[in-house]
Amino acid sequence: MATRKPPAKDRRSTARLVRPRVLVTAAASSLGRVLCRRLHRSYDVLAVDTRPFPDRPKDVEHAEVDLRRKAAQTLIKKRRPDLVVLLGPWHDERPARTAATLESTATLLQLVEDIGAKKLVVLSAASLYGPSPTSASFLSEDAPLLGGQRSRAVADAIAVDMMVQSFFWKAPATETVILRLVHVVGPHLQNLASRFLRQRRVATLLGFDPMMQLVHEDDVVDAVALALAPDKRGVFNVVGPTQAPLSRILAARRAQVVPLPGFLLGPALVRARALRLTRLDDSELVHLKYSCLVDGARAAAELGFVARRSLQQTLVDVG
Amino acid sequence: MALLPSSGPVSARQDFRYRRVMAALLSRVKDVLAGLVDPQLTARIDALPRGNLNEFGVDPFGFDPETIKLVAPVLMLLKERYFRVETHGAQHIPGQGRFLLIGNHSGQLPFDAAMVGTTVLADAPRPRLVRGMVERWSADLPFVSELFVRAGQIVGDPTSCARLLNAEEAVMVFPEGAKGINKLFAHRYQLGDFGHGFMRLALQTRAPIVPFAVIGAEEQAPAVADIRPLARLLGLPAAPVIFPQVLPLPLPTRYRIWFAEPMEFKGAADDDDEVVAGHVKKVKNTIQRMIEHGLKRRTSIFF
Repeated sequence: MATRKPPAKDRRSTARLVRPRVLVTAAASSLGRVLCRRLHRSYDVLAVDTRPFPDRPKDVEHAEVDLRRKAAQTLIKKRRPDLVVLLGPWHDERPARTAATLESTATLLQLVEDIGAKKLVVLSAASLYGPSPTSASFLSEDAPLLGGQRSRAVADAIAVDMMVQSFFWKAPATETVILRLVHVVGPHLQNLASRFLRQRRVATLLGFDPMMQLVHEDDVVDAVALALAPDKRGVFNVVGPTQAPLSRILAARRAQVVPLPGFLLGPALVRARALRLTRLDDSELVHLKYSCLVDGARAAAELGFVARRSLQQTLVDVG
Repeated sequence: MALLPSSGPVSARQDFRYRRVMAALLSRVKDVLAGLVDPQLTARIDALPRGNLNEFGVDPFGFDPETIKLVAPVLMLLKERYFRVETHGAQHIPGQGRFLLIGNHSGQLPFDAAMVGTTVLADAPRPRLVRGMVERWSADLPFVSELFVRAGQIVGDPTSCARLLNAEEAVMVFPEGAKGINKLFAHRYQLGDFGHGFMRLALQTRAPIVPFAVIGAEEQAPAVADIRPLARLLGLPAAPVIFPQVLPLPLPTRYRIWFAEPMEFKGAADDDDEVVAGHVKKVKNTIQRMIEHGLKRRTSIFF
């Protein structure tokens, strides 16, 4: 840190005259693509992902590189983004790969510190609080992240969230924002929640009907845009306008519900996973059993974020 | 979340027929159940405050007033025919705004909570829905957990309570907790230690406290002993030996429920324990006095 040369001021100031530059990681995931398509209207977008991003807007620069490799680091140091958006592993849509996730997050945080980026926005998830018998109490941002006991994917996402939390005091010059999103759904998303809602026949747990919070993909993009504004920092839950029981959400989707008892559905999932029929594991069933409700009051008060798409509208838009 | 492996698309006609049959069946069941409820009670359920409901017909915690219409026949049967509840002081129940119901807990099974809730719904000057606090393990029970949530009962948690009170709801708390409900017959009508949580909640949300006493629930399931090692083994709060337990039903004792005037307390929620203990003692003494008065007035346990 001490030996680092001050940034080339003149070059940065001319860049700023044009537009601020934002780096988006996991940009080829479905949420990353939605984000890039919106952000490129007001920012110079540098998209980074190991996967291709063929349908990107023309002015989005996409680097098909691994963050852990020198090529990516050289590129980022050269482009010197002012703002960084880190899509947490929860939104990455790839199977859990603990070592790679943690290493690339650590590399990225080091890069953010080295280039002196002004802002780091991390997309985390409200699922990390962990659905449990007591999680229906509109958890605040200070609630512990307890979802990792059952699933490796959640444990990875919690590790990333914690790394970024320690980054708050490690690099106080960078304004860091963690957005913990409830289930994000939308027409362009291929995540678990959206695919679940698109099913015509849906399996649920017999005798359980948890309350669900959903947020529209466009509202998430709005939240990211608000978080990118100067002088905003902290951890925020991002929620949709209301919540509803799963059964009524599925009724609004006109899905045919197939309630199965837990002692059948759990082992069925384990078997299907062993036969490579699904990537799901039975730890996901807790979402169908317990409500996990979070409080979005802090985001409303400090970020000025209020979801604009009603739950009904969101369910229609899922497609 | 689980995705069912798709087994081919459902034909639209088949789907439509299935939906129509299900909808017809459901509305028939609802009509039958609604026919069992006294129309006056239906009117009172319809008059419950509905300001917190969203476009899906539920409040933020998942309560749906229509569910009350389905459980009301059973609860009213218990209240009117089985326990034959006698209510005193119902005029003290506030018609609007937040309040905390604080009372004695007894009877091994929480019929006292159900009867107080039903009494407030049916006999208060204006109908109010009481939000009870249920044990957290009830969230693991299929159907029961769903029914509790839809009927407005929530897993006990101070933040949820504060949220409900701030939304001008009525919350019922038994400060004795599980120790109160599991007490032995020899200790009947002796109040156990009161926790301070309810008082801090009342101070924090500036909610008045309505004390109540239930007479009659202690005798519904007289426990002569508590087998602690068995309770530990089964992970239960208590393993009472109930005499004369022939059925899983409680004995048909007559309930007498007494409500006192609302009590208001001033102070900060984070006041020292001694200060809060003083407030708690006042509430406890009020309940104790009501119990003694109620017992003196009672001529028979069953009639």
